[in-house]
Amino acid sequence: MTRALSIRNLKKVYRNGFQALKGIDLEVEQGDFLALLGPNGAGKSTTIGIINSLVSKTAGSVEVFGMDIEQQPAQAKSCIGLVPQEFNFNIFEPVEEIIINQAGYYGIPRREACERAGIVLKRLGLWEKRRGSARELSGGMKRRLMIARALVHQPKLLILDEPTAGVDIEIRRSMWEFLTEINRIGTTIILTTHYLEEAESLCDKVAIINNGQIVEHGLVSELIGKLDMETFIFNIRERLDETPLLDGYTVRLIDNHTLEVEISRQRSINALFERLSALGIHVLSMRNKTNRLEELFLQRVNQGSKK
Amino acid sequence: MNNHITLTTIIIREVLRFSRIWLQTLLPPMVVTSLYFIIFGNLIGPCIGQMDGFSYNEFIMPGLVMMAVITNSYSNVVSSFYSSKFHRNIEEMLVSPMPNYIILLGYTLGGVARGLMVGVLVTVVALFFTDLKIEHPWITITIVFLTAMLFSLGGFINALFAKSFDDISIVPTFVLTPLTYLGGVFYSIDMLSSFWRQVSLANPILYMVNGFRYGILGASDIDIATAIGLILVMVVATFGVALLLMERGVGIRS
Repeated sequence: MTRALSIRNLKKVYRNGFQALKGIDLEVEQGDFLALLGPNGAGKSTTIGIINSLVSKTAGSVEVFGMDIEQQPAQAKSCIGLVPQEFNFNIFEPVEEIIINQAGYYGIPRREACERAGIVLKRLGLWEKRRGSARELSGGMKRRLMIARALVHQPKLLILDEPTAGVDIEIRRSMWEFLTEINRIGTTIILTTHYLEEAESLCDKVAIINNGQIVEHGLVSELIGKLDMETFIFNIRERLDETPLLDGYTVRLIDNHTLEVEISRQRSINALFERLSALGIHVLSMRNKTNRLEELFLQRVNQGSKK
Repeated sequence: MNNHITLTTIIIREVLRFSRIWLQTLLPPMVVTSLYFIIFGNLIGPCIGQMDGFSYNEFIMPGLVMMAVITNSYSNVVSSFYSSKFHRNIEEMLVSPMPNYIILLGYTLGGVARGLMVGVLVTVVALFFTDLKIEHPWITITIVFLTAMLFSLGGFINALFAKSFDDISIVPTFVLTPLTYLGGVFYSIDMLSSFWRQVSLANPILYMVNGFRYGILGASDIDIATAIGLILVMVVATFGVALLLMERGVGIRS
């Protein structure tokens, strides 16, 4: 089956000499829900810009559903829907017109464009606002407007660049549900986000980009399995005045009732509970210090920084 | 990919845009033209007497229409396209499958639409001050259409290079306005000395104003075939340059 996205040896050097991409390779299969993660300035937005023809590449190739973005730009672009990081619509235009115009840019006749605009606006809860200008929308509604706009031509590949940035938790969760649903019915999704909890719960695959290079790429479950260490926070019933001695574990006393323990994934947590019980310490609750993807992300990014 | 639909979409969007803000786009040229007719035509005109065999009001009327067409075509495209760059909604079109020439043509025809609409409105205003009898309708239409197209394309190139709102006002203020005023709107170049007449011939707007005047009054300082030929060549050349700049991503792609 043709891949949804195939990037080979992609390089980008900006006019000021900054090398944003140092030859990245990335394959995205049809139906994937991929998280593209990386710190600020790692090259995520440049990559997305090149895929969408907003940024010129210096070298390498990009194919969308087997179509090269330079050889068959119209066909390749027809397959992509983009939700950019920053609001990029005319705030003075009525909401409905923004969607209808976007459909028109993809060659969809006006009558059909109006019908499709109605469908996506209703689906994203913007139908009541369709006549008002886009500047009257709240931040969350503006984000949803960009998603509606990206979907009006029914793309096979949806690329979202930090779609939930600055959005409250309720709207974020409704966006998650919506994205999960369109992925389930066959839309391939690439998502960049700084919320790693979001990436872990939504995406089946992850690619981590750092300093213009892909440093990790694979199934979320497999990559998390590569983690050497995990850090847990324990709430303790008894008051502790000094850090208990637990050989083989790195332990830190956060406060009199909270312990932080770093555990190798080779070791069983049961053994730790036994040791704690032996010391007369009773655990009331426990949680991961960070989510697991966050831990992996920090490891890979920090490794890259030390090189 | 249906390019007819994409082109129509841009044109409709542009027409809706300038119609929505008619107080800024359609009304001012009518007010300004009325003032020109009152001051130059009615107050100063009778002192000047006839020019090229026409009353001063009749003589300046084609030039005033053309001046409004030129400035409005230019300013429509330069402000609309630069605003799209500034607000980044140009990306809506750049990510879509439509080819660059459709984007260029869409904005150009949007500018032509505003230029022609303003031209008609200014002509209606002119009817309050002078009688109108068009001698050569097809030449009139050809010249006004090509001129609106040329200055729309000029506005597009200006917007491609512009990095701030200052950059989109420099050319209209320091290039377009002087060339228009010195382009024979208010006088016949026969009034000038030989040297200044030759200098005036290097001003492309002179050919447009005189070509349009020939269409309406049947009188011109310039050979009409030369005027049409020159404007046509300039339209083709400007379209080519604008398209080349777009293909190279100048001002629109990093």
